[in-house]
Amino acid sequence: MNFAIPDMAPALPEMFVLGMACLVLLVDLFVSDRGRGATYVLSQATLVGALFLTLGGTPEPVVTFSGTFVRDALSDVLKAFIYGVVFFVFLYSRDYLRDRGIYRGEFFVLGLFGVLGMMILVSAHSLLTVYLGLELLSLSLYAMVAMQRDSVLASESAMKYFVLGALASGMLLYGMSMLYGVTGTLDIAELSRAIAGVEDRTVASFGLVFLIIGVAFKLGAVPFHMWVPDVYHGAATSVTLYLGTAPKIAAFGMLMRLLVDGLGSMQADWGPILVILAVLSMAIGNVVAIAQTNLKRMLAYSTISHVGFLLLGVLTGTPDGYSASLFYVLVYAVMGLGAFGMILLLARAGFEADRLEDFKGLNERSPWFAFMMLVVMFSMAGVPPFLGFWAKLYVLLEAVRADLVWLAVAAVVFSVIGAFYYLRVVKLMYFDQPAEPVPLQAGADMRVMLSANALVVLALGIWPGSLFALCEAVF
Amino acid sequence: MTAEQFFFYAFAAMTVASAAMVITVRNPVYAVLSLVLTFVASAGLWLLLEAEFLAIALVLVYVGAVMVLFLFVVMMLDINLARLKEGFIRYLPLGVAVAVAMALMMALVVGPEHFGLERVPAPERHGPEYSNTEALGRVLYTVYVYPFEIASVILTVAIVAAIALTLRRRPHTKYQNPDEQIAVRREDRVRLVSMKPERRE
Repeated sequence: MNFAIPDMAPALPEMFVLGMACLVLLVDLFVSDRGRGATYVLSQATLVGALFLTLGGTPEPVVTFSGTFVRDALSDVLKAFIYGVVFFVFLYSRDYLRDRGIYRGEFFVLGLFGVLGMMILVSAHSLLTVYLGLELLSLSLYAMVAMQRDSVLASESAMKYFVLGALASGMLLYGMSMLYGVTGTLDIAELSRAIAGVEDRTVASFGLVFLIIGVAFKLGAVPFHMWVPDVYHGAATSVTLYLGTAPKIAAFGMLMRLLVDGLGSMQADWGPILVILAVLSMAIGNVVAIAQTNLKRMLAYSTISHVGFLLLGVLTGTPDGYSASLFYVLVYAVMGLGAFGMILLLARAGFEADRLEDFKGLNERSPWFAFMMLVVMFSMAGVPPFLGFWAKLYVLLEAVRADLVWLAVAAVVFSVIGAFYYLRVVKLMYFDQPAEPVPLQAGADMRVMLSANALVVLALGIWPGSLFALCEAVF
Repeated sequence: MTAEQFFFYAFAAMTVASAAMVITVRNPVYAVLSLVLTFVASAGLWLLLEAEFLAIALVLVYVGAVMVLFLFVVMMLDINLARLKEGFIRYLPLGVAVAVAMALMMALVVGPEHFGLERVPAPERHGPEYSNTEALGRVLYTVYVYPFEIASVILTVAIVAAIALTLRRRPHTKYQNPDEQIAVRREDRVRLVSMKPERRE
């Protein structure tokens, strides 16, 4: 049997992250609780190094490892944003974890392994790698949610996440097995060729439904959203921050790999399914968020509605639609970082700051950060000229261009309903009296980076062209 | 019906029946034993597919090691059977209705006419010189090296997660130090105090 050694250079970022994650695991054994800074610095260095390795790659697409791995423009952009988002997550989480006595190396190690899972997922070129990447990511996330052992709420939400996640994995595998039965291949490019030649597509579309269920669960689209509010609420806020931002980028990558790269010729089948998911997500997400008094739960429902918008671009089945969705998911990740980061900023030892009333009168306590929160909330609501407005505008334009005017109208109506709960936060900050006028206690790095985060939302909102050009160049 | 078909249907029926028992029997120990039977029956199905190595690995690793460990865990746990059964009757009609509707819909959408040998040709039969173990060994570290490595990373994460979730360092736990106990002197433990006698006024 002849076997050529695969070209390993395209997978250099993956190998680097894996090696460094193992190194961090070992180094963490030998540092005391006071020296945990070493673990933190090494983890951040891993992300920065991986970013350089990813940006230094060749621009043309490469498929290697016997067709199980692909590196192209889409994977590079998604990976670069995943590193960036996780870098901010680690930075925001440090003080919060320390105050709660869970500032341990495992948070960073599992976080890095989760990053590796996301990288594998967005670079997958085989159904097998999609599944393995998803499991690696999910396993790290389950453990991170459960890490706050003494909290009943965290254990309960980890259990829910684990059981529902296992069920969704089972659905995904079932769908994959059906597709394998029809085409006889796991390779995504070969799958796409084989599907185009299949006449009787009943079994393939049957498998497709289960595939979509698996992806919709990961994204948190209605009706597979039941875990989202409970897990976001129950997990420690730093874990929620991780869970709510970077994995959404990876789930978008998974959606593109499976539906567009693999089953692009079945767009007529999956388009209508995504329409249903999108409408339900926008409706339930926006309406139920109004009734929430807990900010984490409110943001969880807001995530669900954003996922609805995200699907709006993909379901058109055009390259322009995909780049609009890519733009949306990147923008969402940046805004989500800002919103959850703000909860972490206000939190201190023994105080979670995750209720809406905790934001009352923030303007009196810190006018600067009240303004930052205003930027993020306006952006999420889609008020021009903030970044979220452009994201919504682009996906709506693509929906109209695909002759789905009714869908675009519904999306606008739901986002107007949704604007209510974002503006309520702004009203609480500016027009209500603070319950306890204590000054903020966050460290300087957190203040600077969170301000930078919100200012990026503002600046990219005024000049959205560069980010959008990047997204257009991918497809 | 050929002998192969007979064995296929026998093992398939056993798999489905024992899998149903896993979730319907009341005693968790019986559920674990039913799961063992499910694994053995699916190992039989794999043997029919000429995947001998996988079939034997399934029996040795899952049935022999994992499930025995699992059985011990289930026996150690103090499971309240009455609480497990709580709400069973209440959710039964809804659950059965959903399950029946799902099964009917799936059968209507993908009926037997979409499968069968004329649609999906049977895999080629190998002669007695064919070795499944050798075939696996040839591809596992070459063609499938990337998925194989990812699987090993997943196992590493599982170990890290399991230890992070269960290891407890308890600095305040009280324990005996035999060295100190042996080396103890009377002066360390007993103190002679001379007290003034109390005077009754």
